[in-house]
Amino acid sequence: MNRLKLLLVCVTTFAVFDSFASQGKLLATPGVSQIEGSGGGGIVPWAQLAGYASEDEFAVNGFCSRADVTDYSLDVCGAQINLFNRVELSYAQQNFAVPALDTEIEQAVTGVKVRLYGDIVYSDWPQLTLGAQHKSLDDGTVATLVGAEDTSGTDIYLAASKLHLGAIAGYNWFWNITTRYSEANQLGLLGYGGTNGSEKLLFEGSTAIFLSREIAVGVEYRQKSNNLGLGEQDWQDLFVAWMPNKYVSVTAAYLDLGSIAGAPDQTGWYLSVTGYW
Amino acid sequence: MLKFITIIIFTMLLSACSNMANLTLYQQLDGKAGLERLVDSFINQIGNDEQIIHYFEHANISHFRAGFINHLCVLTDGPCEYTRDSMVEIHTGMHITEADFNHVVDLLINAMNEQNIAHSVQNKILAKMAPLRSQIIKI
Repeated sequence: MNRLKLLLVCVTTFAVFDSFASQGKLLATPGVSQIEGSGGGGIVPWAQLAGYASEDEFAVNGFCSRADVTDYSLDVCGAQINLFNRVELSYAQQNFAVPALDTEIEQAVTGVKVRLYGDIVYSDWPQLTLGAQHKSLDDGTVATLVGAEDTSGTDIYLAASKLHLGAIAGYNWFWNITTRYSEANQLGLLGYGGTNGSEKLLFEGSTAIFLSREIAVGVEYRQKSNNLGLGEQDWQDLFVAWMPNKYVSVTAAYLDLGSIAGAPDQTGWYLSVTGYW
Repeated sequence: MLKFITIIIFTMLLSACSNMANLTLYQQLDGKAGLERLVDSFINQIGNDEQIIHYFEHANISHFRAGFINHLCVLTDGPCEYTRDSMVEIHTGMHITEADFNHVVDLLINAMNEQNIAHSVQNKILAKMAPLRSQIIKI
């Protein structure tokens, strides 16, 4: 129900802003939408701000994503607002399904991101961005049960990214590195902190090659901490992103999320669609 | 047999790649004739674009055409010397925005597609031109 309301709000907003659709960036350079709602890859927030707004424009984007692994699934829908390619505000609603326990864990993520320096295509040094994601579980019962200390938390991250034109045999090469300060267990879906640890500095990275203007293939890596002592492991994915125009992008990925809440070898598929206005 | 054919094709591809690598970008673009075709396509793209055309309201198109061909010739390591006004002089007072600059890049890509220029060659041209942005926008 919540998601339906969000979608309605999005559609109405888009209809209103449609005539202002901003197109000031080069195709594909904003990236796509990350599972916590920020502009990024799939699992890593990138230094680029979501949407095609240049410094004189603003942009509104909406997205929905689904990840299906061995024992769980995650549905996310959300939206971002890009203000003059300086500030990105984002909101995402996550719904994590645990069929074995016949339960769902819901979490809201509010994000803000500020571009500190540069442009991923044109500046001499990589684009640099500082961001935060405040996450709050709707119901902390499961988190408390598995030993988490808190049911909400805030991640802070610093991201750097660059697109190198024609760098690999004439193909465009992209990379992003993010460092995140976080105490979240499995994105926060299993709460924050635990008997095994609390806030840590974690490393995340993505790299991709553009096979054409519209299609990029790449990999991502996200370090995780094991605060609950349940064997939480680093995440990885292999993705293909298709950005046929400045209005829509579709991303598919193969996920390897390691062990989640004691269930090992969580691999599976990811699909995400973002609309840009 | 299939393996043999694969090896031959692979070897041909490899040698084709290494031959390409020895050619300058200018040669890969079919020299002066290729640059002329590309710039004509580009001018045509601009002429049909409502967002950009106003920047060229008072421009002498033949002067622009000759200047851009000369500049591309220099950038692609062709047998030319840069003889035109500086980028800063040309663009001062035009107040080109980030968005319009990128839109012109889109138009140039359209023109390169129209001329069937290979994706990798397109990227190498864009890589040569990207550093000029600071001498073009917001002045």
